[in-house]
Amino acid sequence: MMKRTILSAAAGIAMFATGANAATTLEAVKAKGFVQCGVSQGLPGFSNADDSGNWTGIDVDLCRAVAAAIFGDGSKVKFSPLSAKQRFTALGSGEIDILSRNTTWTMTRDTQLGLNFAGVNYYDGQGMMVPAGLGVKSAKELDGANICTNTGTTTELNITDYFRANNMSFNLVAFEKADEVVAAYDAGRCDVYTTDRSGLAAQRTKLTNPDAHVVLPEIISKEPLGPVVRQGDDQWFNIVRWTLNALINAEEMGITKANAKSRLAGTENPAIKRLLGGEGKFGEELGLSNDWALNAITAVGNYGESYEANVGPNTPLKLDRGVNALWNKGGILYAAPIR
Amino acid sequence: MLIKWVIVLTSKQLTKISKSNLLNDENARGIIFQALLLCAIGVGLYWLIDNTVTNLDNQGKSLGFDFLSSTAGFQISQTFGTWLLDYEVGQSTYWDVYLIGIANTFLVAILGIIAATVIGFTMGIMRLSNNIIFKSFATTYIEVLRNVPILLQLFFWYFAVLRAMPGKREKFELIPDVAGLNITGLYLPAPVPENGFGVVFLALLFSAMLVFFLRLWANRKQEQTGQFIPIFWLSAAIFILIPTVAYFVMGSPLSWEFPEFKDTGPMLRRGYQPGLGMLVVPEMLAVWFALSLYTAAFIAEIVRAGILAVSKGQTEAASALGLRPNFTLRLVVIPQALRVIIPPLTSQYLNITKNSSLAVAIAYPELVSVFAGTALNQVGKEIEMIFMMMMVYLTFSLLTAAFMNWYNSKVKLVER
Repeated sequence: MMKRTILSAAAGIAMFATGANAATTLEAVKAKGFVQCGVSQGLPGFSNADDSGNWTGIDVDLCRAVAAAIFGDGSKVKFSPLSAKQRFTALGSGEIDILSRNTTWTMTRDTQLGLNFAGVNYYDGQGMMVPAGLGVKSAKELDGANICTNTGTTTELNITDYFRANNMSFNLVAFEKADEVVAAYDAGRCDVYTTDRSGLAAQRTKLTNPDAHVVLPEIISKEPLGPVVRQGDDQWFNIVRWTLNALINAEEMGITKANAKSRLAGTENPAIKRLLGGEGKFGEELGLSNDWALNAITAVGNYGESYEANVGPNTPLKLDRGVNALWNKGGILYAAPIR
Repeated sequence: MLIKWVIVLTSKQLTKISKSNLLNDENARGIIFQALLLCAIGVGLYWLIDNTVTNLDNQGKSLGFDFLSSTAGFQISQTFGTWLLDYEVGQSTYWDVYLIGIANTFLVAILGIIAATVIGFTMGIMRLSNNIIFKSFATTYIEVLRNVPILLQLFFWYFAVLRAMPGKREKFELIPDVAGLNITGLYLPAPVPENGFGVVFLALLFSAMLVFFLRLWANRKQEQTGQFIPIFWLSAAIFILIPTVAYFVMGSPLSWEFPEFKDTGPMLRRGYQPGLGMLVVPEMLAVWFALSLYTAAFIAEIVRAGILAVSKGQTEAASALGLRPNFTLRLVVIPQALRVIIPPLTSQYLNITKNSSLAVAIAYPELVSVFAGTALNQVGKEIEMIFMMMMVYLTFSLLTAAFMNWYNSKVKLVER
């Protein structure tokens, strides 16, 4: 009976020990010592692990930049591969701190899911890929096709809208993991594979015969892809947003991974000094050290370097900057100034 | 914090004060400690709910079921559910999506239960036979299929078999011009009931009842007089003739819609034409095969255990009476073995229902895939939707268990 007292009292206490304390994300991350980053389960160019478990990609680089901005070290990140189905619940429940998983910014996701989009790191659009042997030259000829896609994505909605708008019928086969979609498309289960164009380029490298497939010219939706954080934590939101802005501004000012430190030492340009921490207290306003942007840029390079290394024309994905070029170079990438 | 201290102090003080009087009184002790435990549970529950609501508030989300009436903007694979509920993109609501998920899960669970029982019983009895070939086949089947995880078996049936199928624009004809198979599914003729088919259906039910009562009468006659009345051919005749007569009297009110295969024309339009005949998508077939075969291995072992549990004396006495092995098994051994078989069999049936949720891995739109996958990502109300899904599985499982328990009490050994 003594045991029962102690046990029941202990049960009551244990429920409190887990305590509902409202630590901000930045405090929790600093206490942990790393950033928990939600990424995809393997999308070359965006977030992909190689045989030894090293993650590369532009989404991965963004997480490393955030970690570098906080800790000064871009390797203080742990990656959680998530499927399209799990990603929002993982973020909302606190399992990850930031979701950097080629996620499209839509109004529903921004307002109804309790999440905030901290910016856009890749402007994309949805496209379709068909086997070349089908002889199809345009998406408008796809009446009656079987279409493979990923479940839980905007892709499903967009393709339904497109076919309804054009009065065409189709059959949708929706899988949970991108690998399953590719395997089914490759086996011939469906005629069309649809996802963001960058995804098409990436997954094409996994097909048995990449050249036997052709990407159709139509872009049927706007897909601004960017990092996501939870609502209710403005400081963390600012950190992620301004890290991305810092990387884009760095490219605008010609600051690279290699020359960041030397540019800071040898410049009189106030804009560069503000960005890299030589002037002003911008880092402290965010809750970080003043060389937050310098650390981020030194860890992953500027936006252009990250792009070239992961999805650029010299990579297997062969994606041009196109719309993702800087605003003064023909694209729409425009970051707010750091001042 | 305060409440925590109150609990600790109260229990400490109670133990101090009541050392002499209250602790010695069993009733008082019981009441006090149960009250404390209830308190702790109540406080714990309150904290849990409060925490959930606060966190939801912080994120700007709210609890509510009104999303069920908004329209769903996505397409769902052609399956039993979409046919049953006439799914229209842009007009059907999330509630329809929920019902479609339930219908598809229900279909694959029922089909799986029937197939697994049949295959399981066969394999279990085969393993006990004296024939070396049957025995080793059954043993291999059971050992292999029990030990490979079901998800892998599901992938095997889907991807390995899928790749072996002819492409969309070819076919493998099971029955020429009637039923065919290719990578997009199994095409069967669809029955189209016209006016008057209801009468044929009623005639079918009527003849089934007639056969049932005939059997009851024949059994009672045998119990009373010992005379065995062979009713098999009579029942077969009744079951076939009466509906057939009704069918022709009503003017053949059933036409068949055959699937049509087109070999010419624009590439995308070649192959089996959509909308004609009945299409069983390969995802459904893969889930059905994987679930049935996997669970059949477990059921086979349960059946074997049940049969071995019947004492050997029963078999020996039956053969001493001159009963052939076939009759021995059917009339003496299995009715007694059923008492041992039914409780674990219930668990396996429940497993089939729950394992059907793995179908999300191969794009079969059952409840988890379509509601917790697609719909959840569009709507975002995790707690409500997962709760709704849990209720479905719970209800279905409880109904299955209740039915099996009723059947169990019917075949139970009644001691005198």
